[in-house]
Amino acid sequence: MSDQDRRPGELTARELLRWLWRQVTSMRTALMLLLLLALAAIPGSVIPQAGVDALKVTKWKDEHPKLTPVYEKLDLFSVYSSPWFSAIYLLLVLSLVGCIVPRLFVYYRALRAQPPVAPRNLTRMPVQASYRTELSVDEVLDRARSVLGKRHRLRAASAGDDYVAAERGYLREAGNLLFHLSVLVVLAGFAVGGLWGYQGGVIITEGSTFSNNLTQYDDFKPGGLFTTKQMKDFRFTVDEFDVEWIKKGPKTGQARKFEAHLSYHASQDAPEKHYDLRVNHPLEIDGTDVFLIGHGYAPVVTVRDGTGKITYTGPTPFLPQDASFLSFGVIKPPSTNPQIGLEGLFYPTFDFRNGNPVTVFGEDLNPTLSMLAYTGDLGYDSGRSQSVYVLDKMNAKQIEKDGKPVRVDLQIGDTFELPDGLGSVTFDRVDPWIRVQISQTPGKGVALVGVIMALVGLCASLFLRPRRVWVRAIPGTMDGSGETLVELAVLDRSGNGEMDEVLSTLLGQLKEDPR
Amino acid sequence: MTDANWEALSNQTVAAAGVLYFLALLVHLAEWAALRQPAVAGDLVTAGGGDTVAEGGYVGTATPAAPAGAGEDSPRVAFLGRLGLMLTCLAAAFHFVALVGRGMAADPNRVPWGNMYEFTLTGSFIVAALYLALYRRFRLGWMGPLVVGFVITVLMVAVIWLHDAVAPLSEALNSPWLVIHVVSAATATGAFTLGGIASIMYLVRMRAERRAAAAGRPLGRWLARVPQLDALDRLAYRVHAFAFPVWTFAVLITGPIWAHEAWSRYWNWDPKEVWAFITWVVYAGYLHARATAGWKGRRAAMLALVGVATLWFNFIGINYFSTSSQHSYAGLERPAFLDQR
Ligand code: HEM
Repeated sequence: MSDQDRRPGELTARELLRWLWRQVTSMRTALMLLLLLALAAIPGSVIPQAGVDALKVTKWKDEHPKLTPVYEKLDLFSVYSSPWFSAIYLLLVLSLVGCIVPRLFVYYRALRAQPPVAPRNLTRMPVQASYRTELSVDEVLDRARSVLGKRHRLRAASAGDDYVAAERGYLREAGNLLFHLSVLVVLAGFAVGGLWGYQGGVIITEGSTFSNNLTQYDDFKPGGLFTTKQMKDFRFTVDEFDVEWIKKGPKTGQARKFEAHLSYHASQDAPEKHYDLRVNHPLEIDGTDVFLIGHGYAPVVTVRDGTGKITYTGPTPFLPQDASFLSFGVIKPPSTNPQIGLEGLFYPTFDFRNGNPVTVFGEDLNPTLSMLAYTGDLGYDSGRSQSVYVLDKMNAKQIEKDGKPVRVDLQIGDTFELPDGLGSVTFDRVDPWIRVQISQTPGKGVALVGVIMALVGLCASLFLRPRRVWVRAIPGTMDGSGETLVELAVLDRSGNGEMDEVLSTLLGQLKEDPR
Repeated sequence: MTDANWEALSNQTVAAAGVLYFLALLVHLAEWAALRQPAVAGDLVTAGGGDTVAEGGYVGTATPAAPAGAGEDSPRVAFLGRLGLMLTCLAAAFHFVALVGRGMAADPNRVPWGNMYEFTLTGSFIVAALYLALYRRFRLGWMGPLVVGFVITVLMVAVIWLHDAVAPLSEALNSPWLVIHVVSAATATGAFTLGGIASIMYLVRMRAERRAAAAGRPLGRWLARVPQLDALDRLAYRVHAFAFPVWTFAVLITGPIWAHEAWSRYWNWDPKEVWAFITWVVYAGYLHARATAGWKGRRAAMLALVGVATLWFNFIGINYFSTSSQHSYAGLERPAFLDQR
């Protein structure tokens, strides 16, 4: 296409592309994208996020039926994996790559270049000084070389030069490039963790064993590219769990010093080892981390049918409802006819306050169960998916005696006879349970190395002050004074330094009497 | 001394520090007032305010080293300034004792960073301490009333709304990372706050200069004592440049390491983390803005203020806005400590 065919202002496709590229990689775009990223991160801190607290999301959705579809469409419950959030940071990455790649080449060339020649008139530079001395031109320049040579790169002198040119602070740009490159490294590490990592949670009662396979988890969140082959073949047993309860002071009733004594096998036939699992002290087994993140009580209850045969026995984890450890749980003996089920509360330290049953302490000082009993079709063998913490009472009825609901209140050692020959319930003892989080986070090392590199680069970039220095010596014969005129100029390449100090230090060093 | 004695001592020294800061503020305000009165030939502001004639024809630089107007202070002003500084030093000393007292009052003894009250006490102390530490180097005399005013405000918020009895650290806080993480985060917070004050003054002085130039009258006496625009800009930059890597260390290195130890995920997009990230990105924006034509100066200073706002919102606001602060360690999801960081 010749130029005449084009209307003014019209761009060819190539020019348009180049223009676009320049826009995307400009400082201004980078700045805009950074601010946009900050802005886009806000909704996720206000609206509950599925990845952070799924329970709260469900609750929020229940409370806002009208807004929910809109929010769902906008991915507001998973902001940080939404297309629009990703678009912003991917654009930023693109801008970043487009920005640093050319700068790498420029830097490579700058590294091998000589400090530039002195400007013709140093006294016109913004930061400059001059003085007269009795030294000759050559002596002045020699001095300048030795003063500057220690911490600057000097321009190779050529015959007839009446100046010394020096430069320092090359590492600043290197630091800046390192910083921006490591942003990419961190993102890569983060992405690897998101794609191949997994987190699972499981409640384990004291004395029982966990083997690391999918069926044993209560909940499991795998990354997009996770495969079960990644699961390591370890198992561990919770031998004992200790808690210390605070009995005085403002935090009375709170627990601390949680410690789960584990014995574990790192693989099928590895020797047994021991570990005391505590908060802030995860156990790492072959790239998989095990964390202690919660605890609670599992009352051990035995259920017998009308004939006295045991239909269910064992610890049943109850879930704490609040900090007092008042806990809710469900007991489902699997094979009774008719089916029965129990649902109710566990009080670690039961007491009556103002006529209401309460637990006055979190420790199990007076453990008490108070449950309601149901019979009928509880859906145990219906194939409907069953949560162990929910009793499906749709087709069941409450067990009653004399027209009043039966309340199964038990303390340790008590047995309760259900009416109509339905059997009995015995409260044997209480076992503690712990909740552990088990996770693989591949790429976390990469991300850590990335941020550390970023920090190093950042410090170099922020604290090194690149500058150029020129010293020129003009023989006294020029103006007849007989003294050499020395001119000195400093150029701050970062724009942030206190150059006056630098100037006066240099001046002092140059003027210092060498003899 | 018993734990209760230590706690009482801490409460008393906070009160004493508050009174002393208040006195320091009064003295600085008096200093301010004394400045206004004698309108001695104030330096007329020339638009751009840059070029200086080379003195004696030899050494000359574009940026005068001393802020304009310095050295012309009347003895009364100078005395009040010194008195204010001394009171601030004394107040900061009491403030420090209050912090130590909080730590000694706990059983077992610990660092005084167990709850919001203690974090806020620490944060405001670091602002004061950094101001005093940098006072000489950066000639921060003009900043006195602003810093002291800020510290006393935050201290009042802490005492009135956040006060909490001394208690042992919750389990998740009981980690060496607490010390490293909090020291770095609080240091960065203090520095960002000072940087923010410099940026505010940049904007204030810029406006005042424009008005003064338009009206052809000299700048107010107090403002004339505030460093010139380019010096303010450089001061703000240097303080931010110190704070930014420290903040990076706090929220992007020690925070994730600790989060990983305590509850298995090094980054979980929790509100606290989100806002720490937002603050980080805004300050990255500030550093970029200073290198971008059209964003230098005024807009960069405004970005710095946005940064300070996100910082303090995270520090105090998130704990009240965010409803997720009730997870106890026993809760189903995860421990509560995150909301206290
Ligand atoms: C992931 C996004 C980015 C982050 C977090 C980031 C962060 C930073 C930070 C903290 C600085 C200050 C350090 C210094 O002054 O040397 C900086 C400087 C700089 N950034 Fe970025 N940046 C990002 C993307 C970009 C992009 C896309 C460009 C290209 C347009 C860019 C170009 C620059 C330049 C040229 C400087 C040096 C400014 C100066 O001379 O002071 N950055 N960046």
